[in-house]
Amino acid sequence: MATKKKIAKSNTIKLKFDTSWSYAPAPESKSAATINKQYDLFINGEWQKPSGNKYFDTINPATEEKLSEIAEASTADVDKAVKAARAAYEKVWKKMPAKERAKYIFRIARMIQEKARELAIIESLDGGKPIRESRDFDVPTAANHFFYYAGWADKLEYAFPNRTTEPLGVAGQIIPWNFPLLMAAWKIAPAIATGNTVVLKPAETTSLTALKLAEIIQESGLPPGVVNIITGAGATGAAIVNHPDINKIAFTGSTDVGKIIQRAIAGTNKKATLELGGKAANIIFEDAPIDQAVEGVINGIYFNQGHVCCAGSRLYVQESVAKEVIRKLKDRLESLIVGDPLDKNTDIGAINSKGQLETIHKYLDIGKKEGAEMYQSSCPVPNKGFWCRPTMFTNVAQSNRIAQEEIFGPVLSVLTFRTDDEVIEKANNSPYGLSAGVWTDKGSKIFNMTRRMRAGVVWANTFNKFDPSSPFGGYKESGFGREGGLHGLSAYVNVV
Amino acid sequence: MPGLKSIVTLPDFSLSPRIDQVGVEERASRFTKRSIKKESKMNGLKLVLNMIDLTTLEGKDTDGKVKQLCYKAMHPHDALPGVPTVAAVCVYPSMVKVAKKALGDSGIKVASVSTAFPSGQAPKDVKIRDTKFAVSEGADEIDMVISRGKFHAGEYNFVFDEIAAIKEACGDARLKVILETGELGTFDKVRRASDIAMHAGADFIKTSTGKIQPAATMPVTLVMLEAIRDFYYKTGKMIGMKPAGGISKSKLALHYLVMVKEVLGEDWLSNEWFRFGASSLANDVLMQMVKEKTGSYQAANYFSVD
Repeated sequence: MATKKKIAKSNTIKLKFDTSWSYAPAPESKSAATINKQYDLFINGEWQKPSGNKYFDTINPATEEKLSEIAEASTADVDKAVKAARAAYEKVWKKMPAKERAKYIFRIARMIQEKARELAIIESLDGGKPIRESRDFDVPTAANHFFYYAGWADKLEYAFPNRTTEPLGVAGQIIPWNFPLLMAAWKIAPAIATGNTVVLKPAETTSLTALKLAEIIQESGLPPGVVNIITGAGATGAAIVNHPDINKIAFTGSTDVGKIIQRAIAGTNKKATLELGGKAANIIFEDAPIDQAVEGVINGIYFNQGHVCCAGSRLYVQESVAKEVIRKLKDRLESLIVGDPLDKNTDIGAINSKGQLETIHKYLDIGKKEGAEMYQSSCPVPNKGFWCRPTMFTNVAQSNRIAQEEIFGPVLSVLTFRTDDEVIEKANNSPYGLSAGVWTDKGSKIFNMTRRMRAGVVWANTFNKFDPSSPFGGYKESGFGREGGLHGLSAYVNVV
Repeated sequence: MPGLKSIVTLPDFSLSPRIDQVGVEERASRFTKRSIKKESKMNGLKLVLNMIDLTTLEGKDTDGKVKQLCYKAMHPHDALPGVPTVAAVCVYPSMVKVAKKALGDSGIKVASVSTAFPSGQAPKDVKIRDTKFAVSEGADEIDMVISRGKFHAGEYNFVFDEIAAIKEACGDARLKVILETGELGTFDKVRRASDIAMHAGADFIKTSTGKIQPAATMPVTLVMLEAIRDFYYKTGKMIGMKPAGGISKSKLALHYLVMVKEVLGEDWLSNEWFRFGASSLANDVLMQMVKEKTGSYQAANYFSVD
């Protein structure tokens, strides 16, 4: 041990994160999960063959290996599911005392907890997200959502004081591939708690946990037809949207599809809630707690490989601290571990699909052509599967496409600003308005900023925090309607 | 400024970066999610043992007690081959000579607390003499305490000057500056005290005396590691870190290692730049090492208590 002080030359000041002490692989065991070879459609409480007898493969995006075959629901299957939902609604569910309905929902919540490990493993296998996230975030939050709305079922008179509510009827629900189980929970729990019945379609690349949820629902003894889960791609979704006997469409997904849905239901009396894309601004002021802000930015954009509609993909840093923030971001990127989603030490898993990886690469090329500086961490990535290193663009201008368009990948665009007014104008200068973040040590500034920000959710000195009791939803082209909390109930009832 | 050539102008310490408590605690808990298995566990345990400052700081310390502790430091568990020694033995100034003699040429350092440890409530010249005595007795390292009262009163220059004076009194001995974070109250103040200590010449910053609760915690250590990182980028000078008190289990110690690895990286992963101030941690590490080797846990009585 030398006791002499080491004074490094300024050009060698660099932290080395490739350390001689490293983590051994710590993979979660696949054998703790059961995946069937083939899945049919869950209609009227039982598993039914698709009428066209068509099945498609679902693969593990980390290895490109086939996991299972999923039924493709035709228009006829959709009709069958809607009929089952209608019958269950009229004959059973809307007549059932609310506290009886609640019992089923509580039971589903508890069963999700009991099967948490298996659900987490399947979520990571099918979707590519790190097991740390599916285990610590997706599955527990999904269970919490059922618990929360189970509690509301028999207390609607307190949610809407002095008013009477009635359910809407049959809800058609279409969910995305980024949080498959959690989005199913977000959709199903408030709908059935308020007395509606459901036809739900998960995304075609990530149907497995929704189908596992169907197994749970079957085992829970929920009356047949209250929840129907059918699988398929865009055509199946369109059949749900266009079905004449559906009263309500709840959709989470891209803004493009959201627009198609709105056109399709125009002139009908279907109600809708749409939760669409985003390009969230995360704003760091010079007086912010910088290290925690950097961590918040990292979680804001690299959580779930950036496949998050509310991801903080536009970072606005006050110029006086921009150099420091960028340096810290680069150091933090180096300590992120990219790889096997089932490894407990993985921070960033696989990109969900080949198509999405191509979209991300397209934007990386656009960013480079636009003159932004691209920085990627140096971590190794596996040869097979769909991977993208965490990426950061600096020197980005407001007019760059990488600052305007939703990339839906682990790609951060860093912009700088000087004054409060400037950053408000830039942050609001987006067709989207789902979420935003503000980092400052000054309380009054937080309130001033959040009041002027056109975004559905604004986080202060944190990011990507979710709770069943807190409403979530967008402004502008990020959609309308709120999910979660009291507001989430309104989306499924008529107040009379 | 002792020992610093390339230092920038002194900052205004009242403007030290602010720390968000919720964020720090969240980040610290993230390190505990790392899964340390198999060879990385064994290597980590060896590293931890080799970073321990084996400590006895009691009014009832005797020559005999210190000699036994020194033997333990050199021979943590001879029944298991390939076990490294600890980094240092940490004692009161009056025990430095005994420890120095007992450790001989083993390469294990003798660290001495000084400056009216643990309260620091003594005049500056007494603290300087305390330090000089310990150094003259052969201490390789000095663990001083800051004047927390003066710090709370906002007299940062006083705190700074005192550290600088002790650093001068240390001569070639390395100086560890104890902030006693359990008495500082907020992460903002931990960060500010860290900045003062580093700019004033600390070679190490250290959380606690072990006499006050809470002692070392992961969030407090994280705040200090980030201060070290910022100081390194600013000056090019590496500063060591020593969490002390309250770390008695291997699992927790490994979480600290994860934190050092992911905040400061390779250069800090040795006992030259990172230490654990602990007395009971060593035996838990040894028990885990034996378990990794043999596959089963042995009873606590198989490990010597010193």
